[in-house]
This record gives sequence, structure tokens and C-alpha cells, in this order.
Amino acid sequence: MDMSPSTIRPKLTARGVNVFYDDAHALKQVDLDIRAHEVTALIGPSGCGKSTFLRCLNRMNDLIDICRVDGDIRLDGEDIYDPAVDLVYLRARIGMVFQKPNPFPKSIHDNVAYGPKIHGLARSRAEMDEIVASSLERAGLWEEVKDRLDAPATGLSGGQQQRLCIARAIAVRPEVILMDEPCSSLDPIATARIEALMDELKQNFTIVIVTHSMQQAARVSQRTAFFHLGDLVEVGDTDTVFTQPVDPRTESYISGRIG
Amino acid sequence: MTDPRQSPTETILASLPRRRRAEARFHFYGIAAIGIALAFLILLIGAIGHQGIGAFSQTEIALDVTLDESVLDPSGTRDPETLSTANYRAVVRAALGEIFPDAVRKRRDRRKLTALVSVGAGFELREQVLENPGLIGRTMRVWAPADDEVDMLFKGVTARDSGRFTEKQLGWLDRLEAEDRIRSAFNWRFFSNGDSREPELAGILGAMSGSFFALMTCLVLSFPLGVMAAIYLEEFAPRNRWTDLVEININNLAAVPSIVFGLLGLAAFLGFMGMARSAPLVGGMVLALMTLPTIIIVTRASLGAVPPSIREAAIGLGASRMQAMLHHTLPLATPGIMTGTIIGMARALGELAPLIMIGMVAFIVDVPQGPLDPASALPVQVYIWADSPERAFAEKTAAAIIVLLAFLVVMNLTAVILRRRFERRW
Amino acid sequence: MAQTVAAVRGGTRPSLMAAPEGRRARQVLGERVLLGLLAASSLVAILTTVGIALSLLFETLRFLDAVPLFDFLFGLNWSPQIAIREDQVGSSGAFGVIPLLVGTGLIAAVAMTVAGPLGLLSAIYLAEYASPRARSFAKPILEILAGIPTVVYGFFAVLVVAPFVRDSSEAVGFEVSSESALAAGVVMGVMIVPIVSSIADDVISAVPQSLREGAYGLGATKSETVRDIVLPAALPGIGGALLLGVSRAIGETMIVVMAAGLSAHLTVNPLQAVTTVTVQMVALLTGDQEFDSPKTLAAFALGLLLFIATLILNLIALMLVRRYRERYD
Ligand SMILES: Nc1ncnc2c1ncn2[C@@H]1O[C@H](COP(=O)(O)OP(=O)(O)OP(=O)(O)O)[C@@H](O)[C@H]1O
Ligand SMILES: [Mg+2]
Repeated sequence: MDMSPSTIRPKLTARGVNVFYDDAHALKQVDLDIRAHEVTALIGPSGCGKSTFLRCLNRMNDLIDICRVDGDIRLDGEDIYDPAVDLVYLRARIGMVFQKPNPFPKSIHDNVAYGPKIHGLARSRAEMDEIVASSLERAGLWEEVKDRLDAPATGLSGGQQQRLCIARAIAVRPEVILMDEPCSSLDPIATARIEALMDELKQNFTIVIVTHSMQQAARVSQRTAFFHLGDLVEVGDTDTVFTQPVDPRTESYISGRIG
Repeated sequence: MTDPRQSPTETILASLPRRRRAEARFHFYGIAAIGIALAFLILLIGAIGHQGIGAFSQTEIALDVTLDESVLDPSGTRDPETLSTANYRAVVRAALGEIFPDAVRKRRDRRKLTALVSVGAGFELREQVLENPGLIGRTMRVWAPADDEVDMLFKGVTARDSGRFTEKQLGWLDRLEAEDRIRSAFNWRFFSNGDSREPELAGILGAMSGSFFALMTCLVLSFPLGVMAAIYLEEFAPRNRWTDLVEININNLAAVPSIVFGLLGLAAFLGFMGMARSAPLVGGMVLALMTLPTIIIVTRASLGAVPPSIREAAIGLGASRMQAMLHHTLPLATPGIMTGTIIGMARALGELAPLIMIGMVAFIVDVPQGPLDPASALPVQVYIWADSPERAFAEKTAAAIIVLLAFLVVMNLTAVILRRRFERRW
Repeated sequence: MAQTVAAVRGGTRPSLMAAPEGRRARQVLGERVLLGLLAASSLVAILTTVGIALSLLFETLRFLDAVPLFDFLFGLNWSPQIAIREDQVGSSGAFGVIPLLVGTGLIAAVAMTVAGPLGLLSAIYLAEYASPRARSFAKPILEILAGIPTVVYGFFAVLVVAPFVRDSSEAVGFEVSSESALAAGVVMGVMIVPIVSSIADDVISAVPQSLREGAYGLGATKSETVRDIVLPAALPGIGGALLLGVSRAIGETMIVVMAAGLSAHLTVNPLQAVTTVTVQMVALLTGDQEFDSPKTLAAFALGLLLFIATLILNLIALMLVRRYRERYD
């Protein structure tokens, strides 16, 4: 793994990204770098294209028939839209946590084990149990579920389900984790846990998070990107963006005048 | 907390080829399943088309018939009664004797020779004479239908050495052919005759009109009942256990085997109400009960697809719920209802098992003139002919299927066009 | 549209305000009557079911006067055609239904062996793999198969499939009856494919997209997603689809009447000829009998068995599909 300082070589680079849903131009000419071992927050008013951008990064938009992505997105310098790219491999390297928790209709154990299982990451049952346990632990869920790993995951509370989905994502040990409003359905306590978790995870992973909460972006992220109506208006260190925004639109959004 | 172990990259990369193959295999299975369905369909249509196409042509033999007054109407009264009972077969035989003078001397030869021409030749002459008695005394050339065995021979279904013909018969046929007295013509008899024991005379007009009367009965009963029931259930019925039961009942009824509806018809309409066997009316009633759930289900779906805002707007303007439904919801749902009804009728047209139960499998020559006349139906005709031993009936069976399928195609295409034309996205 | 709304406005508002009491009352009465009519028509479906149940029950009870219930349900011998003497109405022939049930089950099993995999795989293909264009090509194929009358399938079975099965198995040295359960079952299976696939297609499409995205997001391939996530999630509904297929198979009449046998062999060898419940119902009721002979009544007893069996299957299937739909609504 490239351990050189993150400022030298970004983990992900997006250049001139345009996205269309049929004729609707959802993202316009977006250039953005995502640095390794940092949390990058994407903020902006509803419908401005945050999710769309996030889903470009692991090519989730390929699942939508009407969606067309132009431009150049690179992971460690490799074009992820190259026709030769294997989506399975790409998505194993760039994991995703969705806005609404979506546990599989399986047991808690099997939910976490699913990724390692299909990729053949565990050579034995014991190793699999080890992966499941450590992933749940890192997602801060282990204590709550360790006695009922065989219970159906759909029986968990919303916050627990979301942490389960995080555990499920990190069990594959991706390099990047994309999180689309992971706390939108959670109470403040669960939110705090997940924020702590992100802090923790960024040592090993690169994290991109979409959030509607200014405070959350300020708390967890090192860099912040502000989107507005499909444009990437401003990007910079979180402190700078929040204290000295360059663009008036950023300023009015942060101070609560638009969005 | 454990540190991340060795990066999983290598393992995942190594698993990719195997997984890509599994993926391709799975994708292939899906295409193969559709492919098998398609192959079956092509085989079915191909086999039936191949088998049935022959029935649309008929081998005919040219005869120079002298409508001899002394044979047909010795008293010269032109009385229709006399004309319709006269011996036209003798006239045909005489015409054959003109061509083969030496064959008609021996009685056995004469029988063999007349066997080459269908008995229908006489019937057709009678029709012509009854229509125009002035023909009597004249000599004219008619194209008489050949016997079914001769027909099969010229269509190449039976071989010359199959043993079905004597050497002499083959010789006569050769001479007829050499004299251009044999042709293959469009088989209009197939469309204008009822059933017959003689394959070359058997037609599907009787079956078609039987089906027509049965379908009309079915439509007249099931359409209004089904639409009204659907309107009630979708628009007015309270949502409670009782309507739940009705709904489950309707869904179940749609999946009850059709033969069971036939038993109901037998017990209720024939046994209890004492109605006539073999009548299209009874058949139509049974088919109506069978089609009813389909019509209710599609009508409910069409009504449900009309956005509530339209009804609410009408009610907001002062219309009663009934008026809103009659003037606004129902008209908008009509294309969907029509489509569903046509599809339901198409299914009823192909249905056979319940008709067997109520005795609509009799051999009936006359073309029914009303829903109370004994009749068969298109699928019944298919079934009867499929069971007949004469080889020529095999092609009639397939041809009847072609006609049946043609009707189904027309009905379903109409439904598709209706749907396309009026399809509306709210 | 605008015109009609205007008409309603023009027509109704004054009548609300100023219409004489009588007219308004007449309208209300008319609507009451119409509503009653509508409600009454919705009863016809219930009456049909009740009618079926009653007529089957009634005739079956009369049948059981002549043939003991035990002999009917557990008898191993079915030969209603033999030994009818005038004075011996009650004991004409043997009415043991077991061989028919075995034959029906055998043919249905063959049919589902064809229809299950083909129907599910087509449904998966249509729901998950097919592009809109491929779908618009593949779906009509199945719809056409669904629209072909069963008498046509029956004729095709006799014309093509049965000879093919016979010739090809004889080529590898098997004794095959020309009315083998295999030929009838295979053709019936193809007939049932669209039933299974259309319900399974609906059910699979109703699995929430978020579950698929969850799997794809972990790097699952499409087939892994379908096999591990979508199908298990859709399992109850797929079970319902298969059960409806089975219900169709045991109630199917014309294919077996034309392509399966008449004599009741007690065998599970699909290369032999077996007979089914529906075949015997047709055999018992064609030809000339009096309405009250045990032979005619036996058809109703068979009909009752068939009705009960399909009713149970349909209800379970409908419940499964419905419960499943509710889960993901
Ligand atoms: N599947 C889709 N089909 C069509 N248009 C879409 C689709 N998904 C998103 N869009 C459109 O693209 C634009 C950007 O949507 P996106 O979901 O990226 O917004 P967002 O910033 O994530 O908003 P929110 O904060 O509400 O989640 C919107 O105008 C939306 O309507
Ligand atoms: Mg979003």
C-alpha cells in the first residue's frame, strides 16, 4: 500500500465528471481529489448531486439504465471507467454504506460474512468467525450482538442495522468506504458512535461521506466539498471551508440561507 | 482491535476468473431457458403448420356432367322435392363412364372407379341444380372433389405402392392427370361445410359458428357481471373480512381447473335446470363462469390504475361517488377493461375440457343457426378430428388448429393494439 | 376532460341548491339500486364457488352410497368399465383412486421438472439480466406459450413429442409406451413455464433494489447477488409460483386426455403409460350413460378430490405470494 503522505498522491481523482439521467444534467464538470486516510465530506442542498457523485466512485450508477457518466475517475491512478475494469474487484476495493440500512434477510453473522465468503477471504470457519467478530467489533456492534449472531439481522434496531452494514462493508477490507448519509435514520447516540467509528476507521481506510449535517461534517471530516445544483462549488480543508468560504453560495448554505 | 491483515487484493484477484465463468454460465442458463421455450414454440408452430397446410388445398377431378332429365327429373315437373332427392351420384357415375367406357362394364370396376370421386360431387351438383333448375338437360364441366385417399395420394402423403389403390385405379388416375382433369384447388369446402365423416368434405363452419354462439353467450354474461362486480369491489366495497374473502375466492376461482367448471355445468345446467346437451348456450354459460374471475381481476386493476385525484376532483365539484365513477373513472379504465376482456375471451375460445363435460363433443353435421342448436366448437372439432382414424383427418386437425390460432392471434393483437393505443402513464 | 368537468359543475351545482326534493331523492334511490346491483354481481363469484362445492359434494355423496369411501380412497384398482350387470349397479367395476393419484402425481412431477427450472430461469433472466430490448423479445415468447390452447399442446404431444420420446428411448434400449407419462408430462411442463415465470418474475422484481445494491456494493457478481440475496428474499413468492404451477398440472385435462393413457397402471416409471384423475373424468362422462350410474357419479367424486387438492394448493400459493408482497410493500 502506498504509505507516502496523502498530500502527494490522492487516493481518488475525479476530472471533468458529468452525469446525465436521460437528458437531465445532474453533475457538471466536477473535479475533485479524495486523499487517502482522510474523511472527505460532501455537503450541499438536497438534489445537488452528492449521492450521484458518490455512486460514480464505485460505479453504482451502472445499475441505473438511464444514467450516463462522462469524465475521468481514477483510483490510485487507474481509470475505473476503463472497459477492462472488473466491477467486482473495483467494488471490493471501494465499499459502500447506504443511506437506508439494508441488511440482507440473513443472520447477523451471515450478513457480515457474506463479503468475505464470496471473495474467498477466509480459509476456514474459524478464520471467518474471526473476521466477523473483528468487523463487528470495529463497527462498535460486537458487544450488543455477540450472543445472538444467528438471529436475523432484520430484527436489529435501525442504528444497529446501520452499524451492521458498516461492519459488512469493512469485513471485505476495502481501501475506500463511501457512506451516503449513514446517520440520517439514527438518533444522536447512535450518530455519535458512528462518528467515533469513522475517526477510528480513517487510519486504515479512506472515507467519503455525504451528510446534511454541517456539524457532522465539521466534526468528522478533514476535507469538505460543497455541491450546488450539480456544480462542485468549493472544496478545501474543512476548517477553511467552514470559517472562510470563498464562494458566496457556500457561505449562504453554511449559514443556513439556502438548502 | 486487530490491525488489517494482509491486503485481500491478491485473493480477490485470484477468485475473479472462476467467478466470471460462473457468471457467464448463469447468464447462459437464463438465455437457454428462453431459447428452449422459443425452440418449442417454433417446433410446435412449424409441425402444425407443416401438417395442416395441405388441408387448405383439395384435389379435384374434372367431369363433363350431363344433367340428364330422364335421370334427375323423369316427370319433368322441376318439383324441388324431386330435385333434392334425385340420384346425382348416377349422373357423376355416367360422367366417369364417358371417360372410361370400358371400366364401367364390370360392376367391380365401376365401384372402384366411382370411389375415386367424393360423394360430395353429387351433393354439390344437387346444390347447383336446386339453385338453378334450368341447368337440367345441359352438359357442363364441373370440378368434383376427389376422394380423400386420392387427395392424400396427390399430396404425396400416401405412396402409390401403399396398397390403398389397385393397379387399375392408379392407371385411371394417371390418365385423368394426363388429360389435365386433375387439379389442386383452394379448399373452400373446409370453410363452408360442417363436419362430415368424409374427410374431403369436412369443414369447420359448424365449429366456428358453434364457437361464435358460445363466445357471444360468454361475453354477454361475463362482461357486465364481471365489470359490475369489479366496480363494486374496487370502488364501493368496505374493506373488511368479508370482502377479503370475496377477493381470495375470486383469485382462487381463477385457478380452479376448467374441467371442474364443466362438472358444475353438467350438474347445475344440464342436471338441475335440464337444459339441452351440446348447446352453445350452455357451453357459453360455463365459459362465462370460468371467465368471470379474469374479467373481475383485470377490471379492478384498470380501475385501480386511474389516479384517485380524478375521482376526488369530480367529487370535489359536487358529483356523487357513483357519478364520479360512472362519468370519470370508468371511461378512463375502459381500454384496460376491453383489453382484459378480449384476452379472457381468447382463453375461453381455446377452452375444451368443460365443453366435453357438458357433452359438446357430438358429431354434428349441420351448421348451427342459433345458440340452442346442437353444435361443436373449434377446439372440440380439433379434438374430434384428432381422434379420427382416417389419415386425411390428421391434416384437417392441424388446419383447424391453424384457424383456431389465427383467431387467437387476431384477438390478442387487437388487445395489444388497444393497450398500446390507449396506454397512459399517470 | 375540461369539458366534462364543466358539465358536472353545470349539471350538479344547481341541483344541489335548487332541485326539487323529489328529483334529488330519485337520484339517490337510483344510485342505491345500482349499488345493490353492483354488490349482487360481486356475489356471483361466491355463488360459483358454492355451486361447485355443493354440486360436487351432492353427487359424491350419492356415489358413496354405491361405493364405500374406503374402497374409493384407498383402493389400488381402478377399472370402472368392467362387469356391469343390470342387477348389480352398486358393484360395477372397481373404483380405487390410488392408481389415478399416482399417475396424476407422476405426470405433474415430470411437468414440474420441466416447468420449475425453465420457469425460474426465464424469470431470473427477464427480471435481472435482460435489457429492455431483450425483454420485449423474450416476454412475448412466454406470453404466446401461455395463450396456446391446451388442446393444441395435446395434439402436438401426440404428433411430435410422443413419437420422439418413443424412438429416442428405444434407440437406447428402453421399452416405452407410446402414451408414456414422459411425453405428456414434458409438454405439460412447457405449458406451465409461463405460469411459473410470470409470477416468479413479478416476485423477483419486487425484491427491493436496496438489497441488490447492498450485495453489488460488496463486490458480488450478478449471479451471486441473485443466488444468495434475491432468490432467498423472494423464496416465499417463488414457492407460491411453483405451487400454482403444480395446481395447474394436476388440473390440466386436454394434454393428458390426448397424450396419456386410459388404463390405470400403478407405476412411477415415466416411460410407461399412466392415467390421471382428469383423463378418467373425461372417460367416465363421454359416451352414453345415464346420469345416475356410479360411473357418472364417480366423475364427480374425482372432481371433488381435484377441487379440494387445487383449492389447498391455490390458497397456500396465494397466501405465500400475498404475504410476500406485504413484506416488501
Ligand atoms: N435514478 C435517478 N433517475 C433520474 N434522476 C435521478 C436519479 N437519481 C438522481 N436523480 C436526479 O439527479 C439529481 C441529483 O440527485 P442526487 O440523488 O445525487 O441528489 P443528492 O444531492 O444526493 O440529494 P439528497 O441530499 O436529497 O440525497 C436530482 O435532480 C435527482 O432528481
Ligand atoms: Mg442523496
